[in-house]
Order: sequence, then structure tokens, then C-alpha cells
Amino acid sequence: MKRSFGVQYFLALALIWPASIVFSVLAQNPPSADLILERADQNAVTGNKIILSQMTIHGRRDTRSIKSKSWIQGNDKTFTEYLEPPREKGIKMLKLGDQLWTYSPDTDRTISISGHMLRQSVMGSDLSYEDMMEDRELRKLYAARVTGEETVLERPCWVLELTAKLEDVAYYSRKVWVDKERYVLLKEERYAKSGKLLKTLDVKSVTRVQNRWVQDVAVFKDALKTGEGTEFKIESIEFDVPIPEALLSKASLRK
Amino acid sequence: MMRFILKGIIRDRARSVFPFLIVLAGAFLTVLLFCYIKRMAVDVTKYNANLRHGHVKVMTRAYAKEADQVPNDLASMNVSALIKDLQAEFPGYFWTRRIEFGGLLDIPDEKGETKTQGPVVGMAADLLSPSSPEPKLLELQKVIVRGRLPQKPGEILLSDELARNLGVQPGEKATLLSSTMHGSMSMTNFVIAGTIRFGIRAMDRMGIIADLADVQNALDMEDAAGEILGFADDLLYHQEKSVAMAKAFNARFQGQTDEFLPVMQTLSEQSGMELIFTGLKYLTSIVIGIFMLAMSLVLWNASLIGSLRRYGEIGVRLAIGENKTHVYTSMISESLMIGVLGSAAGTALGLAASYYLQVKGINISGMLRNITFLMPTVVRSRITPFAFIIGFIPGLLATFAGTAIAGLGIFKRQTAQLFKELET
Repeated sequence: MKRSFGVQYFLALALIWPASIVFSVLAQNPPSADLILERADQNAVTGNKIILSQMTIHGRRDTRSIKSKSWIQGNDKTFTEYLEPPREKGIKMLKLGDQLWTYSPDTDRTISISGHMLRQSVMGSDLSYEDMMEDRELRKLYAARVTGEETVLERPCWVLELTAKLEDVAYYSRKVWVDKERYVLLKEERYAKSGKLLKTLDVKSVTRVQNRWVQDVAVFKDALKTGEGTEFKIESIEFDVPIPEALLSKASLRK
Repeated sequence: MMRFILKGIIRDRARSVFPFLIVLAGAFLTVLLFCYIKRMAVDVTKYNANLRHGHVKVMTRAYAKEADQVPNDLASMNVSALIKDLQAEFPGYFWTRRIEFGGLLDIPDEKGETKTQGPVVGMAADLLSPSSPEPKLLELQKVIVRGRLPQKPGEILLSDELARNLGVQPGEKATLLSSTMHGSMSMTNFVIAGTIRFGIRAMDRMGIIADLADVQNALDMEDAAGEILGFADDLLYHQEKSVAMAKAFNARFQGQTDEFLPVMQTLSEQSGMELIFTGLKYLTSIVIGIFMLAMSLVLWNASLIGSLRRYGEIGVRLAIGENKTHVYTSMISESLMIGVLGSAAGTALGLAASYYLQVKGINISGMLRNITFLMPTVVRSRITPFAFIIGFIPGLLATFAGTAIAGLGIFKRQTAQLFKELET
């Protein structure tokens, strides 16, 4: 028995010990930056989702909230309808690929937003139309490298520095903090080519919805503006729901 | 004596033609530039005051700090009460509300979708109230190219250049996409009443003018305005009075830190205007100085050559007993006479050219693409009484200085050696 236990013990050690070495090496050495970005992208860009959200804009004079509902298909089709306050109610926006239209019931006009207008603020928030239009798959736009580890929201994070691979991106470089386990982006800084900080994102809360981690409260701030930034709060989110194709078309703006 | 000298100038043209032409050219340019500067000073002041800054301007402190970005979210509120205060405190001045705004002007196709669009820089002023001074201040009747002035709410004026670029005519619809003072998206339909051309690059490239009430409604600015402009009743800019007004007004809020308190600024404090005013003030003196120096150097050189050519003549005059001082003064008199003739001819030509500019003007719009202050794109001039004499200042001073320096050689001639020199 004794011998038998000794053999088993030895065999167990022989099997477990190398595995523990492998796991401990993996824990100390980060996965490749590309892999981290790929996982983060997978987490952010999904199939269909319907989001009811509230945007709170902290201006220099006052604070106001705007409620909207968005129907999102992948990362290139989004239909948004503003629900509150009364002045914004009924305004709709449609993003199809790299095109953006807005519709206002007061004027009964569908207007294409392009050129320098893309740099303007969306509803007075710290977010620009360009930010709204951005392809969220960071891996395609940026070359990444892991520069360290930090704790954000009491979660261990990889710190990645991203440098643009393409010329026509809105931000030349970014610094992102990605949760090591959940692969959720918890903090971000966006920089111009000169190195000037342009925008920041601070996630305030992450929640689990339908087996996915979702950043449900975040503050997006234009670093060039004074003020406290714009707070985005997701009131409800549904994943993998069918979205009628007719909704994601220009015709639906006037309905 | 003068008659004798005049005869010498006319008969011996070799000694007078070159200095005469130099003085003529100098006087011509001096008169022309003087008239141009005078007109430019008047135009720059008038355009910047009437179209953009007023003689004094009241804004919130926060707006004033970022005025170049037209931050309507920092605009003054309850402006009716503020204007009442200003009227009571500063009699002799009238006050108008203005809103500057930026945005996108979108022209619809038959389905109501975007046909063409372009960025615009807009100005809202009270165009429709019967007692409003704005149409006169903006000289709208003069700048209309096509169509007519707005006569009812919802009508705008569009820069003719922009209208042509967008392919729209008066009577067509356009939608302004902008931001309200609270930052929300604003979309407002307008009808293009007419097209305008101010002759000012900054306005003519992408300007629109709309009625104040329409824009207040579109940008959610009820009883609010970005700027309150104050004008002297005589419409002339009085620098010292404006500075005193601004000082008195701002003293009321001294020590308070609220960034939305009003602040008054004078015309010269806006968009680098002080530098322009100072530059224009000294430019006339600088121009005269430069021409005088250049002409003096040329005339000094011409007189030296003339002295060499007339070396024998001067020697003979000294040898037969003429006093050196007399020879020197007669040469200076001769130069001054050339100066008078050249200055008179140059002034006449300068006034003629200035008159042409005053009436016709020259278009320089292509050279004014990136300037930040309002400047007319047509070069014009303004003939003032002083223009009739200003050409004589460099003309006479330069001829006098040139000959006076060159003629000093007369005093170095040794009388004892004159005959020996003349023999050779």
C-alpha cells in the first residue's frame, strides 16, 4: 500500500508539477497584446443588441440628461432614437458603415453628417460624431504592446499602448487598461500625434448580462474642454435579439 | 534771383530732370499710400465695429475668454434687463444684440434628403423690427446681390459665393444644423431671401445672416445673446470715451469671481484690433520717413554727381568773387525749386491715382484668405485735405537734405588754388 501510494504520489507530482510550472509562467507573462485586444474586441463587438441608455452631460452652466434607445447590428449598423427631453424627443440617427444621417421631426429633414461636422459634439456631449462612427475593432486599427499591469476598479488590468496602423484614424495613439480576467476595457486615454491627451474614458461599473460583461456606467471626457465630462449609463441591454432589417435603413428615419 | 535759378533749371535739363523725376515718384507714392492708409483706417474701423465688435461689446467673462470659438453655451442671459441698465448708464450710445454661430447649411433634394451642404459662419441681428438700426449698420441694402432682404421670420441671407457653391437660388429652402446654447442638436428650416457680398473675405466665403428672433428660437436662446454691441449715436468710434465706459462698467463687478458676469470690451481690445489701430496710426509717418530717407540718399548721390559735373562752374563763380555761402544757398534754392516742382507734379499724379481708387477700387480678395479681422477686399483710398500737402514733406525735405550734404564740398574748395584748377 505504502509503495502503491508512493507511486501514485510520484505520478501525480510528475503530472502536476510541470503543469503548475506552465500555469505559473503564463500568470507572470502576459498573453500577446494582439490576443488581449482580440479578446477585448470580441467582448465589445457582438451580434445584435438593443440598448436603452441615459447620457448625462455636465456643462459649465447646467447638467442635463438625454435618454435614447439604440438598435445595434455588429459594429457598423446602428439606429438610435432619442426619447427625452422634449426638445430632443423624436430625433433619430442612423449609422450605416461609414455614413451617418440624422432626422429631426421639427424640420422633417434627413441630413447627412459628414466632413467637419463629424468632429462636432453629439448633443453637446464630450463624444463627437467621429467617436460615434469609429470602428470599435481596435486590433484592426492599432498596433499594440503591453506596457505593464495596474489595478482599476479593484480589478487587475493589462496596460496596453496602441499606435495607429492607419493614417485616417481619429486618434494616433491610445492607452487602454483591460481587465485581465474579463477582458473588458476599464479605462482609456486617447492621444493626438503630438502626444496631447484628447479624450479619456473611465468605466465606473461593470455588470454581468446574459453571460457577458458589460460596462454599464462610464464617463467620457473631452480633455480639451472644461467640465466634468459626459456620463453614459446603460439602463437595459439585450443581446442577440432580432432586429428588423427595415429599421436599419434610411426609410425608417421618417417613420 | 529765383527767376534766374528757374531759367537755369529749365534750360539745363541735365541738372534737373533726374532729381525732378525722383521727387515726383516719391511724392506720388507718398500721396497714394497716405490716401490708401486713411481709407483703410476708416474701413477697418467701420467694418469691424458695424459687423462684428461694435464700439464697445458686452459679453460674459467666460464668453470673452473664448470669443474666437463663438461659445454660445457661455452667452449672456436676461439681456433685456442688461440692455436697460446699459441704456441708463451710458446715454449717447445705443445697444444691439448679436449672436454669432457656426453650423452646417444643408440643401434638400425633392425627397427632403441632403442634396448639397457646406459649413457656415452665421450672424444673427435684429433685421425685422421697424426701429432696428441693424439693416443700416450692416448696410444690407448695399450688399444684396440677388433676391431681397428678409421681410418675415424664417428668411435668411446667404453669401453669394456660398450660394453659388451650394447651387441654390433665392426662394429655395435650406436647413441649418447647429447646436443650441445647451449643446443639443438644432435643425431649423429657412428660406433663402437673398444673397449678399460684403467685399470682406471672412464674410463672403461662408457667411449667413439671419434674424435674431429666429436664431434665438433655433439655438434655444430666449432672451439670451452671445454679444451686446454698443454704438455711439454719431456712429464714430471714440477711443478714449469707449475705454472710460469699459472701465466704469467693469469696475462694478470687480472682486467678484462668477465667470458669467458681464464684461465690457472696447473695439480696440478685440481680435488684435489694437495692434491694427496702432499700426495704422504710425504707418503714415513710417511711409513718409522711408520715402524721405530713400529719396535723400538718391538725391544726395545725384547732387554729388551734379557737383562734379558743375565743378568748373562753381570754381568760376568762386573765382570771380561770389561768396561760398551764397553759392551753397543758391544751390539749395535750386534744389528746393526742383523739389517744389517735383512734389507738385507727384502730388497731382498721386491725387489722380487716389481718386481712381476712391471711385473704382482694386479687388485684392485673393490675397486675404487667412486674416482674422474684417478687412475690405477692394483697395480704396480717401482723399483728405492733408493729401494735397503731404507729398511736399518728403519732396522738399529730401531735396534739401540731399543737396545740403552734397554741397558741403563747396566750403572745402581752396580759393588760392582755383585758377590753377581752372587752368587744367
